[in-house]
Amino acid sequence: MERITLAHGDGGQLAHQLIADVFVSMFRNDRHAKFDAATFTLDPHELAMTTDSFVVKPLFFPGGNIGKLAVAGTINDLSVVGAIPKVMTCSFIIEEGFPICDLKTIVQSMAEEAKKVNVEIVAGDTKVVERGSADGLYINTTGIGVISHSLEPKICEGDSVIVSGSVGDHGVAILVARGELGLVSTIESDCTTLYPLIAKALQASQRIRLMRDPTRGGLATALVEICEDFGVTIELEEERIPVKQEVEGACELLGFDPLYLANEGKVVMIVPKEEEQAVLDALRSQPEGKAAAVIGTVRAINKGQLLLRTPLGTTRRLYRLTGLMLPRIC
Amino acid sequence: MLDVMDSPTRSTLSQTLLQEVQMLANQFQQTFGRMPSFMEVCGSHTMALARTGVKKALEGYVRLISGPGCPVCVTDQVTIDAMISLTDGSDRIICTFGDMMRVPGSYGTLMQAKTEGKDVRVVYSPVDAVRIAEQHPHQEVIFLGIGFETTIPILAAAIKEAEEKQVHNFSMWMSTKLVEPILRQLLHEREVSLDGFLLPGHVSMVMGRAHFEFLATEYNMPAVISGFEALHMLSAIRHLLMLALKQHAIVLNDYKSVVTEQGSVQAKYWMNHYFTLCDEAWRGIGVISQSGMDFKKEYDRFNAKVKFSVLTREPRRTKCRCGEVIRGLIDPPQCALFGKACTPLQPIGPCMVSSEGSCAAYYQYMREE
Repeated sequence: MERITLAHGDGGQLAHQLIADVFVSMFRNDRHAKFDAATFTLDPHELAMTTDSFVVKPLFFPGGNIGKLAVAGTINDLSVVGAIPKVMTCSFIIEEGFPICDLKTIVQSMAEEAKKVNVEIVAGDTKVVERGSADGLYINTTGIGVISHSLEPKICEGDSVIVSGSVGDHGVAILVARGELGLVSTIESDCTTLYPLIAKALQASQRIRLMRDPTRGGLATALVEICEDFGVTIELEEERIPVKQEVEGACELLGFDPLYLANEGKVVMIVPKEEEQAVLDALRSQPEGKAAAVIGTVRAINKGQLLLRTPLGTTRRLYRLTGLMLPRIC
Repeated sequence: MLDVMDSPTRSTLSQTLLQEVQMLANQFQQTFGRMPSFMEVCGSHTMALARTGVKKALEGYVRLISGPGCPVCVTDQVTIDAMISLTDGSDRIICTFGDMMRVPGSYGTLMQAKTEGKDVRVVYSPVDAVRIAEQHPHQEVIFLGIGFETTIPILAAAIKEAEEKQVHNFSMWMSTKLVEPILRQLLHEREVSLDGFLLPGHVSMVMGRAHFEFLATEYNMPAVISGFEALHMLSAIRHLLMLALKQHAIVLNDYKSVVTEQGSVQAKYWMNHYFTLCDEAWRGIGVISQSGMDFKKEYDRFNAKVKFSVLTREPRRTKCRCGEVIRGLIDPPQCALFGKACTPLQPIGPCMVSSEGSCAAYYQYMREE
């Protein structure tokens, strides 16, 4: 099996071959590859830019791999601020000994994910580190998008909170894929590019106040941040939050809370109550949004708290995830 | 939370049951002139009562007291120090359940030891630690065996596997606890006035309903075995109230889908095959005779206490009141450190760090500020 060697990272012939065979051929960015930096033209509009590093373990999991995650994650970060993702760079830190066939599979899925929304991968970098210095492969992606819809987060009392689908799928898929739990599950990561879904929602309503993709820290942490950043109190209805039974079962077993598990293909939105149905219909018209649900309401301005109403009718306050989630003993 | 395809009907059921419980609690107050007090023995119940809102919904109706059923919280400081100091030896791999990683010893945590380069690994089952030992034949793999009757059979399963596969570089540092002796101790001491026990479904699954019969026959104390969902716990509390109202002491199995009369014969067989009763030190309580299980002599080759010696210093005392929390004497917010010096990010005591600890349950689910 062909493997990554330290020479693949030395900038010489092997490095050139790797770049030509794997990255340039799959990302189809020959035009940009001839120069030290990509040059491109963008409309004279407001731009959005984001960067993220991906260090997921395992690299391959049900529903995706680190490459798909890296591209989808950056596209999603651009999409939730109302931008049309346009161009992207990617940087690879590869451990010596990494199988080149695995690298090809990962890069191929990056190319496919980017192609879904016509994002061009225009520049990149490859470094190879000694065996033992990295966990196989790390990827950094940076993306630029053009703002098509300027969000002005004027959140009002009575606004609705919508989530595009079931929460916690990615978190459980990764836990199961690590093979340490002895659990068998059919749960797949929700890892996907959200731009088409978000574009539909933005077509349906020009008044979407705010969007977030609840990745690490889960739905609860993302909403706590919104509550604090914008000084609003949101009350979630526990029963309305979509959670798959398998995710709920795994959480019960391990003592985890699905509201704090990572998602990689979900968006949470705050919309005016009167636009709630139009946005829901738009989300549900897409496969990724068919389980979209209204999960809560903005209750007050100037308090900055996230509350959860339980099926018993009591409410409790939700906070940010504190520290690592570690499985319990019994 | 419901499956995405379900329709929301659970709230109606829960709220009807809640009203019935509140009504019975009012009857109890009218009859006896005070609020009924029940102790949930198990840390998983403590968490579930707080998370589902049952505890909050019953405020002013029923006093729910957290008992000594969180395995991390009841582990004595000296034991925690000893477990952490096991990482000092070279060529050792320390394996543990996740809960233990951030538990503060007197001079650090396992997480800090890992950050400093010690080989400390979180495993999901002690059997995984046996596999690690097979993969690293030139290193000693030590599993930190803490837990109650729910966990002890799993520890036994790991020893069985190590024995069958002739894995010689695997051992366990045992500090397990049993529910019956601590309940007897609490009832003897009578520090807390109780009207009944909410008994743990998981422990009962292993030990069986009959195991807890002594509560009714010897102490005249009603008890109900419960599952961990809001409906399970409300149903069990309803039963407890009815028993307390009638002054009728029986041990009721309200979790029949999981718990049988005699429990798991096989789990009990393997527990008793490798382990024997021993005296154990409980945090904030002291040594209780025959309240834990440790290796039988013939299995000393798996006993990390025999294989390795550790140097522990005098435990550093803090103002942490975990000892009183686990005896049900105070609620977490009554500790001066709670939420200030002691938070889940910087815990002082184990009740704050454990995912089954009362302080963590309060901090995560009951804080309102």
